[in-house]
Amino acid sequence: MVTDEGRTAVDGSTRDGAEVKLSVRDLSISYGDKTVLSGVSFDVEEHEIFGIIGPANSGKTSFLRALNRMDDFIPEMQVEGEVLFNGMEVRRWRNVYALRRRIGVVFPLPVGLPLSIYDNVALSPQLSGIKDKTVLDETVERCLRRAALWDEVKDRLDSLGSLLSGGQQQRLTIARALSQEPELLLLDEFSIAVDPVTTMRIEDVLKELKQEMTIILVTNLVQQARRLADRTAFFLSGELVEVAATEDLFTGQVQDARSRDYVEGRFG
Amino acid sequence: MEASAAGDFDRRNSSWYVDKVVQALVFIGGISGILCILGIFVFISKEGFGFIANTIDIKEFFTSPNWRPTSEENPTYGALALIAGTASVTGLAMVVAVPFSLGAAIYIGEFARGKTREVLKVLVEMLAAIPSVVWGFIGLSIMNPVIIDLFDVPVGLNVLNAGVILGLMAAPIMTTIAEDALKAVPDHYREAAEAMGATRWQVTFRVVLPAAKNGLVAAVLLGVGRGFGETMAVLMASGHSINMPDSIFDSVRALTATIAAELGETAVGSDHYQALFTLGIFLFAITFVINLAADLVLRGIRKEA
Repeated sequence: MVTDEGRTAVDGSTRDGAEVKLSVRDLSISYGDKTVLSGVSFDVEEHEIFGIIGPANSGKTSFLRALNRMDDFIPEMQVEGEVLFNGMEVRRWRNVYALRRRIGVVFPLPVGLPLSIYDNVALSPQLSGIKDKTVLDETVERCLRRAALWDEVKDRLDSLGSLLSGGQQQRLTIARALSQEPELLLLDEFSIAVDPVTTMRIEDVLKELKQEMTIILVTNLVQQARRLADRTAFFLSGELVEVAATEDLFTGQVQDARSRDYVEGRFG
Repeated sequence: MEASAAGDFDRRNSSWYVDKVVQALVFIGGISGILCILGIFVFISKEGFGFIANTIDIKEFFTSPNWRPTSEENPTYGALALIAGTASVTGLAMVVAVPFSLGAAIYIGEFARGKTREVLKVLVEMLAAIPSVVWGFIGLSIMNPVIIDLFDVPVGLNVLNAGVILGLMAAPIMTTIAEDALKAVPDHYREAAEAMGATRWQVTFRVVLPAAKNGLVAAVLLGVGRGFGETMAVLMASGHSINMPDSIFDSVRALTATIAAELGETAVGSDHYQALFTLGIFLFAITFVINLAADLVLRGIRKEA
């Protein structure tokens, strides 16, 4: 729902009694004089899977970057507005590393670090100071199992993570994000390099993980959003068209006709 | 219609000829490097091998520190002191250059941003272009009195002086190569690690350095090769006296400097002349092995990536 000022209003379709994990207020992102996201506002609740759908160049990935301040790497990326994580503006976190440790990210293209499979997953706990081998072993196994990779790699944990196949690397990336024990997990097109069977296994895991963390799922597969997300936001050309309960969005109970067209694949 | 199609098929147009000519030129360019190396090898071998086969005592060459090729009664050709001179100077140079160059490369590649980075890169490249005789001059006229004052030693032209000068000379080249190795590590590794909450140093130490390991080893090896081969600066800063060094304050003489200083005074074809070429063969063999090692290490990177 876009108001006269070009700002998007917060949708009221939140569940009762849920805590707000992440709050976005009037967020705009631009690269130089090119605006990729303008005036977006909504809340993400604790323990929900929040889907974001929308065609290419709708600002989804830039949005994720703003959440854990990955914009620090791109000098020309400018972020305006507020992002409140646990009620606190992310740009006011003095220790950006502590912020990023609480927010796990899975990028669209798999990034197996050029370390052993074991070290890929153990890196994050090690960085936060855990040295106990049994704790690390246990974390590595748990995270790899959850990412549906354990059975394939348990006999070669010492081999290079960057030599795994694309789909395996993507699951390794997911395991690595889980090893941070994040409060918020950002998934950017995680299934792009993963086969459908494995995708379904990971989706099952995500449904379980919801008990422990909040998940934001950016996806091009609208059916994936339908399967997983409690609520879904539709981004289009840098604007938030609407946020709705996922079921409503897919059953045509939408505020904006463009949303219905998009989920039904009648866009363009 | 058919005839003209067949004609097109057969006709060699100008692009075809240009392609052939360019191929030939590039081939000549590529092959000339190999021919030059072979030529150099044949030349120094021709001048030196007769000596190796007939006159020289190989055992004496490698184990005797007595290099007295100009002695009237009993010339001796022991190269051990020269080898020790080159090795000690190069070793000290690496002690100086490795921390500096790796530190500089990590700073330029991983920490410096924007203008700082660009300015530093240009400055490092400028340092690499300083002629070696200028470095030798610095060793002779600046380092020499400083070392005499600082350490209270009679002579300031010694292993310390030459090692530091050579280290400073080799550092910029090593920095450039090491920085290239760091640059070859894809950015998405850094991003992924930083997104996990790794600090920049953690990213560098845990992810970038292991990934760039081979390139960094190659940088150090090429620095060693440079150290072995450097002549003028070492000649000017080392004191150029035949000596088995006991401490870094002893003057030494390097293999390269010996050739440079003595070749002009020998009769072509004499034993002395041929002995110098034997030193040349030895140097050639060492630098060849070092460069080969660096190359094999670099190949290792490509295979893994």
